[in-house]
Amino acid sequence: MDAQNASAIAVDQLVKRYKGVAAVDGITFRLAPGTVTGLLGGNGAGKTTTIAMIMGLVTPTSGTVTVLGADMPRQRYRVLHRMNFESPYVDMPMRLTVRQNLSVFAQLYAVPDIDARIARLAADLDLTEFLDRPTGKLSAGQKTRVSLAKALLNKPEVLLLDEPTASLDPDTADWVRSHLERYRAEEGATVLLASHNMGEVERLCERVIIMKRGRIEDDDTPDRLLSRYGRETLEEVFLDVARGRRQNEAAQ
Amino acid sequence: MSSSVTDTGIDFSFNRVAAMVRRYWYLLRSSWPRILDLIYWPAVQMLMWGFLQVYVSQNAGFFAQAGGVFIGAVLLWDILFRGQLGFSISFLEEMYARNLGNIMMSPLRPAEFLLALMIMSIVRLLIGMIPVSLLAIAFFGFNLWALGLALAAFFANLILTSWSVGIFVAGLLLRNGLGAESMAWTIMFLFLPLTCVYYPVAILPEWLQYFAWALPPTYVFEGMRALVIDHVFRADLMAQAFAFNVVLFAAASFAFMKLLQSARVQGSLLQTSE
Repeated sequence: MDAQNASAIAVDQLVKRYKGVAAVDGITFRLAPGTVTGLLGGNGAGKTTTIAMIMGLVTPTSGTVTVLGADMPRQRYRVLHRMNFESPYVDMPMRLTVRQNLSVFAQLYAVPDIDARIARLAADLDLTEFLDRPTGKLSAGQKTRVSLAKALLNKPEVLLLDEPTASLDPDTADWVRSHLERYRAEEGATVLLASHNMGEVERLCERVIIMKRGRIEDDDTPDRLLSRYGRETLEEVFLDVARGRRQNEAAQ
Repeated sequence: MSSSVTDTGIDFSFNRVAAMVRRYWYLLRSSWPRILDLIYWPAVQMLMWGFLQVYVSQNAGFFAQAGGVFIGAVLLWDILFRGQLGFSISFLEEMYARNLGNIMMSPLRPAEFLLALMIMSIVRLLIGMIPVSLLAIAFFGFNLWALGLALAAFFANLILTSWSVGIFVAGLLLRNGLGAESMAWTIMFLFLPLTCVYYPVAILPEWLQYFAWALPPTYVFEGMRALVIDHVFRADLMAQAFAFNVVLFAAASFAFMKLLQSARVQGSLLQTSE
């Protein structure tokens, strides 16, 4: 088996241009099965476009994306039932109850024993008391947990998360992180996590890819990044990369 | 973990279609204004044209003999218009709810999505048309259901056209976002004068008649007038309408796939605002 097929996600020389402007500019990385990788970058760095190409929602200008051995977006229907995602760019229909929303998506993903799966996720994500409430009546944090429940319905082998704890209070966010850690441990899922929360990335991710202006600026484990940049936290590393300090220091 | 998906991606699941129909049905039954809206305008239209017909028939010998031609026209027009609107509104609901990304990222195939929208257009149409057709009997003695087999032929041809237009509009919405929303509400009105809903094709200038005969609903409305005025069912007109509908449906489906492909290139599936 070659490296591309052995990877859960393989991105090769990926480029996306919108009207001549490069949103993603020739990035390459591979994610091993069962790993959790953080995708960091400021606004406009190309994280969401990268995730959208991995999901098959956006066609690359050039380069390739392979997910679980399927070329995206051409062969997306081979693997979409083995993937899922959560993103702040999408919502669940507000008038439907949480249970209705989850059962519709469970049927779309051909989840066996839908009622039991929803009950389990509701218990895990503390949603049981909200199951029969319209999704639009929930707080932002509760909606995020419903979106996470939708993302986990089909027990995805590849899970793409875009800011999964952005609107959660610290206690709930910590609780969601614990759930994600447990899910990864139990299911051996490959997780790609775009986040601005450096504490979250340090806690969950064994590898960090830092993007800037559509390119990969750095790619390493959190420990090695801290060591190479001589910093105490990933936030300081992120700021160094975002503000070009490392290059400036090298130039001096 | 599910493994019902083949490598080709061209397999079809009625289970996924049922999931989408369930989603739209939950939405519809959760909102009484949505249900009222399905009945309100067809009823207003039917009453307005019905009373106009009563007035005209009392003053002109021809219309006195051809009772029901206006009411028949307005009811059939509503099948065409509401059929497309029912299709497009269900699609728009996904955009309003910012749910399109979830759906496009799911294993749901485009053909399954479109079939669910077609089923919902019929559901919405029936919720609106059944009470209105009963009102037409009560107010004007016009029984649409008495048309029998002819009604089935009219309905099949009109709903096929409405789906074709709905599919094309859905493609435009995918490609252009809610900036193309007005198309969903207005595109069918282009058909109103050209398909000769309320008058015979012969009224049009000769050069415009060629365009009119290229549109399947024109055959249906001519067929309806032949039935109501001359009491003749024109099967030839229905067959021609069906042939044009097959071409129109294929063209709309092809356009939808191309627009979806273009939406993936433009990155407009996640960002569906204007």
